Amino acid sequence: MAKKLLLGNEAVARGLWEAGMTFASSYPGTPSTEITETLAKYDDVYSEWAPNEKVACEAAIGAAIAGARSFCGMKHVGLNVAADPLFTASYTGVNGGMIIGVADDPGMHSSQNEQDSRHYAKGAKIMMLEPADAAECRDFAKLGYALSERFDTPVLLRLTTRVAHSRGLVEEQEKEAYTLKAYQKDAKKYVMMPAYAIPKHVTVEQRILDQIAWAEDCEINRVEYHDTKIGVITAGNCYNYAREALGDGASYLKLGMVYPLPEKLIRDFAAKCDTVYVIEELDPFIEEHCRRLGLSVHGKDVFTLQGEYSQALVRKVILGEEIPFDTSDIPVPGRPPVLCSGCPHRGLFYALKQEKVAVSGDIGCYTLGALPPLESVDTCVCMGASVSALHGRNKADPSQASKSVAVIGDSTFCHSGITGLVNIAYNNSASTVIVLDNSITGMTGHQENPTTGKNIKGEPATAIDLEALAHAVGIRRVRVVDPYNLKQTRDAIHEELAVDEPSLIISRRPCALLKYVKHAPAYHIDREKCRGCKSCMRIGCPSISMKDGKAQIDFTQCAGCGVCVQMCAFDAIRQ
Amino acid sequence: MKTYSVMIVGVGGQGTLLASRLLGNAVISEGYDVKVSEVHGMSQRGGSVITYVRYGDKVYSPIIEKGEADLILSFELLEAARYLPYLKKGGRLIVNTQQIDPMPVVTGQATYPDGVLDMLRSKADVTAVDALSLAVEAGSAKAVNVVLMGVAAQSLGIGKPVWEQVVADTVPPKFRELNLKAFDLGYAHKA
Repeated sequence: MAKKLLLGNEAVARGLWEAGMTFASSYPGTPSTEITETLAKYDDVYSEWAPNEKVACEAAIGAAIAGARSFCGMKHVGLNVAADPLFTASYTGVNGGMIIGVADDPGMHSSQNEQDSRHYAKGAKIMMLEPADAAECRDFAKLGYALSERFDTPVLLRLTTRVAHSRGLVEEQEKEAYTLKAYQKDAKKYVMMPAYAIPKHVTVEQRILDQIAWAEDCEINRVEYHDTKIGVITAGNCYNYAREALGDGASYLKLGMVYPLPEKLIRDFAAKCDTVYVIEELDPFIEEHCRRLGLSVHGKDVFTLQGEYSQALVRKVILGEEIPFDTSDIPVPGRPPVLCSGCPHRGLFYALKQEKVAVSGDIGCYTLGALPPLESVDTCVCMGASVSALHGRNKADPSQASKSVAVIGDSTFCHSGITGLVNIAYNNSASTVIVLDNSITGMTGHQENPTTGKNIKGEPATAIDLEALAHAVGIRRVRVVDPYNLKQTRDAIHEELAVDEPSLIISRRPCALLKYVKHAPAYHIDREKCRGCKSCMRIGCPSISMKDGKAQIDFTQCAGCGVCVQMCAFDAIRQ
Repeated sequence: MKTYSVMIVGVGGQGTLLASRLLGNAVISEGYDVKVSEVHGMSQRGGSVITYVRYGDKVYSPIIEKGEADLILSFELLEAARYLPYLKKGGRLIVNTQQIDPMPVVTGQATYPDGVLDMLRSKADVTAVDALSLAVEAGSAKAVNVVLMGVAAQSLGIGKPVWEQVVADTVPPKFRELNLKAFDLGYAHKA
């Protein structure tokens, strides 16, 4: 069959499908999202967006127990949310195979931390595969199911941003025939309570030993001998960086399985090379294993614990070589990401800034509200933390409750904001929560969620009624505002902060980038009337700039939201 | 063939991903190995964006580091200056003369520098093009990406019919004619 240029994530999806996978449940998260988006295009696969990664993982466990080959996908921090089922699914094992896709983000292109998911494999005692490019993404996804069923374990498939979001050539193969395995009731296997879990732990430890034996001579742990003065032990995309920088001037042990790691294979390789480097992004995971084997290797003594690696880094550290380059003689101002033209969050953040409140923030496009000129967000920790942390803040210092709010997107609210709201109602803090309901999961590139009324395939689905939900958990004060209307939005915030009981404000306006959203005509500046006061610049709209002392609006970008019109005291902004 | 490295840089929303996909598909049809590295998520929201395309007999790394790019295709003037260090000594730079103010300039914390094009010309083999005007001429300001790919295609050694086929296959059918026109205008552009 023809070779296609596939994204690593698309290649994972292709491999899962070729292996006969029929059930996928995921929560979107950069850089993992496109795996499940691609699966949604296959009509013979059931796919869904779950409200969060814990639900997705548990759904996939259920599907595997039912006998299907199942999948759940998430970003690295999503695996924290799914960690509870993960650690015990390790004990129950599977019936049909199960793969948990997890994408780490070294360099934090789109994440709040740089955690290394390999520790979860070791912690949960679950084998973890790590492909280096799109072709391996397809191959390892297929292999993952065979290993899952052979060893009766879920399998972790770890990607990093550069693998997930790089395209490479993949030769597509036919789909394998897979029929649902029969389910047999077996409490000792599937009911994890002490009496049954104690013997299961013994099984898990033996399984790791069996997997180590497999790792010693499996195809995906590959040795390439060239010049043996330098030996490189590596995995994932770091193999590509090393191969590019060192070529045939080094020998390589490329590990396709990063947990559990082989012992004899590593010892034998190290014995044949004069100097051994372990090249791995983030933590010294493979390096510590080598040290435990008593081997003398270089790793984090010469390589960094932070950010992404590259061929240039390997060249510099190992060969001491750097490629010369020119630099700009002119200072280049930075270009941070911004809220888009017409973004409904802009009006809300401006209103919050006017009210001078502390804002407990959350994960999504709206985290950008922390940047100049809006600078409205005070904190951002993890999904859902805005709501729960606001409660803690208000209980610890009730005097600040009338000056503090939480902001959380519709998808993030469904993910893990609802339980925080329950806590606010149940434990009665006078907290004001604002749901930024833009009718989509924005940051990750427009995925449907339980509030949008559509499922992953765009078909009609049940939508959460946010107002009814708030009432049901015990919030009596619920109101809806349009964030394009600055006065209405500011008044609502002001009034809800003034009352001494919990309240929920829904700031409702669809994301301006949604295809179905009709934009009003672009605005322009009446240069006669503009006094160059820069009031309109205070909302940080990328369509507005200053030219020759007066404001100007880029007609190609302006979404006609009209927020800037409300800033102008001179009636200089016209449609 | 030794690996050839192309960096496509610009501002989130300018369509750099489509340009990289066009180049990727064009080089496959010539039988090369290829890797394309894209930026998704946070970095797309009007921030500075980079896409790497590398092709040759066998490509390992999907990324390009300082001093390694044979060609930089910049969708915006300031971004060309930002990524100049990635250009190989004596490498080629194709730059759209369009200027888009970054937020620090909008808020008055910084100014958009003067003399960027002259500075670039003093350091590299520069082709400057007003791709926005050509895109508008083709029928849409959004076709800047295809215009620029047309300019780059002049010197990449892949035949024009291959490019036309790739453009036709890669863009949605209803924008096919517009994009083919945009490609033509870029391909015919004289430095």
